[in-house]
Amino acid sequence: MLAYIIRRLLYVVPTLLGVNILVFVLFFMVNTPDDMARQALGEKNMDPLQVERWKEAHGYEVPLFWNGEAKGVQCLTKTIFFRKSLAMLWGNFGHSDMTQESIGGEIRRRALPSLCVSTPIFLATLLINIILAMIVATKRGSVSDMVTQFLCVALMSISGLIYIIAGQYFFAKLLRWTPVSGFLQGMDMWKFLVLPILVGTVSGIGGGVRLYRTLFLEEINRDYVRTARAKGLPESQILFLHVLKNAMIPILTNVPLQLLTLMMGNMLLENFFSIPGLGGYTITALGAQDFAIVRAMVFLGSVLYIIGLLLADICYSIVDPRIRLG
Amino acid sequence: MIKEIWNSWWFQNLLVVLLLAVLTLIGWRLSRREYWRLAYREVRQRRGAVICFFVFCLYVVIALADSVGWRRALKEENGEIRRNPETGAVVYDRGASALDYLLKPLSEKKEKTYSAPMADVSFMYETATGETGVHRVQPKLKYPGQHWLGTDRIGMDVFVQALKSIRTGMVIGILTTLLAVPFALFSGVVSGYMGGFVDDALQYICTVFSSVPTVLFIAAFMLIFGTGLPQLCVAMGIASWTGLYRLLRGETLRLREAEFVQASVAMGTSTWRILLRHIIPNVMHLVLITAVLRFSSGVLAEAVLTYLGIGVGADTVSWGSMINDARTELTRDPIIWWKLCSAFVFMLGLVLPANIFGDAVRDALDPRLRTQ
Repeated sequence: MLAYIIRRLLYVVPTLLGVNILVFVLFFMVNTPDDMARQALGEKNMDPLQVERWKEAHGYEVPLFWNGEAKGVQCLTKTIFFRKSLAMLWGNFGHSDMTQESIGGEIRRRALPSLCVSTPIFLATLLINIILAMIVATKRGSVSDMVTQFLCVALMSISGLIYIIAGQYFFAKLLRWTPVSGFLQGMDMWKFLVLPILVGTVSGIGGGVRLYRTLFLEEINRDYVRTARAKGLPESQILFLHVLKNAMIPILTNVPLQLLTLMMGNMLLENFFSIPGLGGYTITALGAQDFAIVRAMVFLGSVLYIIGLLLADICYSIVDPRIRLG
Repeated sequence: MIKEIWNSWWFQNLLVVLLLAVLTLIGWRLSRREYWRLAYREVRQRRGAVICFFVFCLYVVIALADSVGWRRALKEENGEIRRNPETGAVVYDRGASALDYLLKPLSEKKEKTYSAPMADVSFMYETATGETGVHRVQPKLKYPGQHWLGTDRIGMDVFVQALKSIRTGMVIGILTTLLAVPFALFSGVVSGYMGGFVDDALQYICTVFSSVPTVLFIAAFMLIFGTGLPQLCVAMGIASWTGLYRLLRGETLRLREAEFVQASVAMGTSTWRILLRHIIPNVMHLVLITAVLRFSSGVLAEAVLTYLGIGVGADTVSWGSMINDARTELTRDPIIWWKLCSAFVFMLGLVLPANIFGDAVRDALDPRLRTQ
């Protein structure tokens, strides 16, 4: 067990480094600091001196990989790769290119609103999907199964945009049950959260029910279920004690991964409902062409995914010994 | 230079012909295999799937008509063909697609601003001075009752826009997969069959790429390379490569131990021949299933990404940009619903059949399901 966890932990290091290099290549080699400066200053200001000054003000004036003018270790540390890219590994996300505010502080401020929206959506979707999928899986082949299957496909075929627009129109504009968009910290927060959570949950039903239905069906056809039936166990006991328990293994071990990626928020929902979360932050940065913020968000998202996957794998290896032995 | 060639009609027409030729060739090769014939027969037995396939084909035909085009010689006012005064060469216009020429009677009927579907009068009120004083009236349309789905803010026909968006959606759905498949197929099969260092290296690259969340990767890519249809296809292709790679690698690992492959190895067949003759034909069903199932998610993703400002640019008509416009239109009173509804219905008309047909294809091709 310990050997597996250590091996798995060691694999995280090269992955993190790889993502860091990928982000670096995308943001500094495909699109050089000179390009960034020109984009920020506007195409007309092509004066090289201004470009240099912009780069100096934002810390992009040093070479990419190797600083020949510096001495000793500084050859490596006084470079863009070390200052802007590697530094993200120890949580130094730097400053925004446009407003100069600290990105790290902004991330800490915005993570909570993002979590407030995405966590309830995740939990509600999980619960509703599992219940619906269990009902459907027990009635396999019946008319109601076929109707549900079709409904799921239909729900999946509707764009997420439509769910949000329709939800805002009916519940906020026509019925006036909730505010159209906005956000409040404190006790009144729920008023603003109800609609995004409802919309987010409904839009996840179609695909989720289908996925969990196949998971349950796979378990229902297993030998141990037949044995349980042959023993004369009541169907409800088979379903809740045996099938559910086994089908939940892949679902629940994925929870740590989901929880961490939830922090990045949902770009679409946060944009529509003006929630000051990380997803909305990314969208604003994209609109303002703020490379520093987008770079930090891409890296943060990847780090959260990698850590989440690590936790999920460890969870799985605890539940299913075949993984760590194989 | 490259942009000029890319934008020229002969190049686009050539691409369409090439694509059709390749698809026909693949279809013909597959139709000779018993496995694929069985699958074909099974799909054909499902009436729903067949109907969906024909609806899908209708969309394909419209998209094809919008992809081939030609330029026409400009005419002088007296009807003669205009020539360059110095060289005597014929002067051409910018050209349009076959669909454009077909829709010309509709797209030429421009109104001033919004009008409801099949309406006779404009949606907006105008101030008019009559005998009894100043009134707010809805002026008569130039072409009453001829806009089946109404017009938008600048008076363009919504039906034409919805039809023109079909090509954008189709290109996203198909090109994304076409870009991802060759790379995933090659790397997946090689990785699974060779093992060792090659496998480790490819798996590492795959892990790195799949660690970056898809939306964020596309966002970064579009920020750096600018918005547009080709960029979006490439970004989505790169982002979706890893899933298929894993699938194909796993299947190849299984096939490598199969008896017919082992027999080929024992007979001294070269590695590349084994990959081409024995492994790749036996993983093609996974490629097709992935391609069909991914199609609809590509179309849906385009709308979302365009809405977020990281999809196709403002110069390309797409369902995403139509829905984007609709956001402000819904805040008016009375609301302007026809643009949103048209985009929604046209999109659903493509995605729903694609999903149902995709499920039928998967059920027919997946051996695990067939044995049950």
